[in-house]
Amino acid sequence: MPLPLDQPQSGAEQYEGLDPVLQRHGHQAHGLIEVLNHAQQLYGHLSEPLLRHIARQLQLPFSRVQGTASFYHLFRFKAPARHSCLVCTGTACHVLGAAQLWADLRSAVMEQLGVELGSVRCIGTCSGAPLVVVDGEVWNHVSSSAVLKRLRELEP
Amino acid sequence: MSACLRLCTAASCRSRGASELLEHCRKALASDQAQLRVKQVGCLGPCSDGPLLAIDPVDRLLSLQEVNGSDLETSLAEALQGGNAATCLQQWQPSGSRELSPDEPFLNLQRRLVLGRCGVVDPESLADAMAAGAWQQLPRVLEQNDPAAVIEMVRRSGLRGRGGAGYPTGLKWATVAAMPGSQKVVVCNADEGDPGAFMDRTLMEGDPHTLLEGMAIAAFAVGAQQGFIYVRAEYPLAIERLRTAISAAEQQGWLGIHSIEGQRGVPRPRPPYPAEHGVFGLPTLINNVETFGNIPALLELGVEAYGTGTKVFSLTGHVQRSGVLEVPMGTSLRTIVETMGGGAPQGRQIKAVQTGGPSGGCVPASALDTPVDYDSLKALGTIMGSGGMVVLDDTTNMVDIAAFFIAFSREESCGKCIPCRSGTVQLEMLLRKLLERRGQAADLQQLEALCHTVADASLCGLGQSAPKPVLSTLRHFRGDYLALLPAEVQR
Repeated sequence: MPLPLDQPQSGAEQYEGLDPVLQRHGHQAHGLIEVLNHAQQLYGHLSEPLLRHIARQLQLPFSRVQGTASFYHLFRFKAPARHSCLVCTGTACHVLGAAQLWADLRSAVMEQLGVELGSVRCIGTCSGAPLVVVDGEVWNHVSSSAVLKRLRELEP
Repeated sequence: MSACLRLCTAASCRSRGASELLEHCRKALASDQAQLRVKQVGCLGPCSDGPLLAIDPVDRLLSLQEVNGSDLETSLAEALQGGNAATCLQQWQPSGSRELSPDEPFLNLQRRLVLGRCGVVDPESLADAMAAGAWQQLPRVLEQNDPAAVIEMVRRSGLRGRGGAGYPTGLKWATVAAMPGSQKVVVCNADEGDPGAFMDRTLMEGDPHTLLEGMAIAAFAVGAQQGFIYVRAEYPLAIERLRTAISAAEQQGWLGIHSIEGQRGVPRPRPPYPAEHGVFGLPTLINNVETFGNIPALLELGVEAYGTGTKVFSLTGHVQRSGVLEVPMGTSLRTIVETMGGGAPQGRQIKAVQTGGPSGGCVPASALDTPVDYDSLKALGTIMGSGGMVVLDDTTNMVDIAAFFIAFSREESCGKCIPCRSGTVQLEMLLRKLLERRGQAADLQQLEALCHTVADASLCGLGQSAPKPVLSTLRHFRGDYLALLPAEVQR
C-alpha cells in the first residue's frame, strides 16, 4: 500500500541509526547493499517504510531498492519470530537426511513454540551433518525429535 | 620452541564447544606463569574428529570430542604440576580424549601451501601471523618494483583459478594490467556458494593475512588501488576475522580501505569482460580466495619448487573422516577418499564421488584412480570445481542427487534468461516426475534434450553448468534412472 503523498518524512528520526552507514557511502547508490545489511541488523527486518526511507536517502526509485532487496535470500520483509530454526540443506546434510528432517519439522507446529522455521543452503560445517542453526547456534548431528525437544526448552 | 597448546576455534570446532574448552584451558593455565600458553587457531584438518587440540613442541594432536570441559581443566592443571611443561605434555591424556597419529594419512599426505599457517597461527593476531612468515613477500615485491615480473611468475607457475572455472591466473592478471587507465580494482570472490564446500571459509577464518597479502600483491601487479572482498553472509566468523586482519594491516600502513555497486546479481553479456569493464566500470581483477591464497607461497618457493601446486578440498558426505585437506595437484581420488578419508562408513561401499557442486558431476567408484586435475576430471564429465568433494555410498539414489542440484540451480537462477529460468524449473519437474514413478521413456529423452538446450543457450555459467549433474548421472548411472521407469520399459 503506497504511502499518502502528504505524509511527513517521519523516517528521518525513526531511522537515524542508519545515518553513519549512509554517510560512509556518501548517500550514493552503490552503498545500497551495505545499507540494507545494516538496516536489517538494526531493525530486524526491512519494512516498507524503512525501504522507502532508504530509497529517499540514496535518491533511488523505490522499485530499484525493492528489486535489489528481494533478490538476495538474506533480506527479510517480515518481522522475525522470537526464535529461528534453520535446517541446513547443503549436499552433505542432504545425503545424511536433511530432507526428512525438514519434512518432519515442517509438520510440527513451530509457531506455537515461537519458532520460525526456515532453511539455509550450506553453512560450511559439513562434518556436523545433518544440522540445524537455532538463533545463530549450530546444533550438529540432529534428529527431528531431538530438535523439537530442545526447541521446547527455549524461552518462549 | 616453547610449549604451546593450539586449539581450533573455526566454525566447525566452535559448534562443538571449542570456545568453552578454550576458556577451561585458560583457567587451568592462569597460575602457570610463562611456561605454557594456549592459543586459538584455525582449522587443523579432520573436522569430524573435532574439537581438535594440537600440542607443541611434542607434535601431538588430540580429539576432544568426548572430553568434558571441567575435566579438561583439572587434568591440565594437574599435568603441569610435574615441572617442565613439554615433558608433562608428552604423556598427557585427558579423560575421553583420543590421539591422532602423525602418520594418519589424512594429515601426512597433505601439502599445505595455501593452508600452511592455518592451524598454526592465531587468526586474530598479526604478530603471530608475521612470526610464521606472513607479509614477507609483499615487501620483497615492492622493493623489486617490477609488476611484470610478478605476473610472469604467476603465468609460469601454471596457476589456474581455484574458484572452479580454472582460468589461467597469470593470463587474467596480464589482461587487467594491460588495460589503460590509472584506476583499477581487485575483487576477491569469497561468496563460496557451493553447498558442501568450505575451503575458502577455512582460509579466511584460519589465516586471513595470507589472503590479504595475496590480494595486495595482485593489486600491485595489475595496478589496482582498491580491493573488495565479497563474503557470503553465512560466514559471520570469517567476516569478523577479515575485518580484524584488515584493521591490523591498515594500522601497519600496508592497506588503506566497501555487495559492491548495490545491484541485483544479474549477469551482463560478455564481452566486455570484468578485466576491461568491471566494478564501477573500471578494469577489475576477480579471483577466488584460494587463488589469492596461493600467491605468497608461490613467491616464497619460486616456480620450480612450487611445481604443479596444490588444491584444497572439503571432503564430506558418506565418508569416515571428513574435513579440509590440501593435496598436491594430481593426487588420485582414491587416495583422498579412501586412504585419507577412510572410505565409506562400515558395511557400505562407495558408489560415486561428487565434485564441483551444482556445476559439476560425479565420478563413479570404478574411476576412483583418476588423478585430481582439471583435465582428467573434465574428461569424465565433471569439473574440479571449487573443491567441494562429497562421497556418496551405495544407499544413494543418483537421480535424487541430480534433482537436489537442479533445485539449487533453479533457486539461484537470477531469472534474466529463459533457458535457465524456465529450463531449470522444467528439468526439476521432470526429475521429480521420474522420482515419483510417474515418468515414461519419453520423459527421459526430453530430460536429456532439455539439458543440452539449457547448457547451450544460457547467458552465464550458472545456466550453462546447471545440467551437468543431470548429464553426468545419466552417463555413469543410467541404471538409476531406468529403474524408475515402468517395469515393461526398463532395459
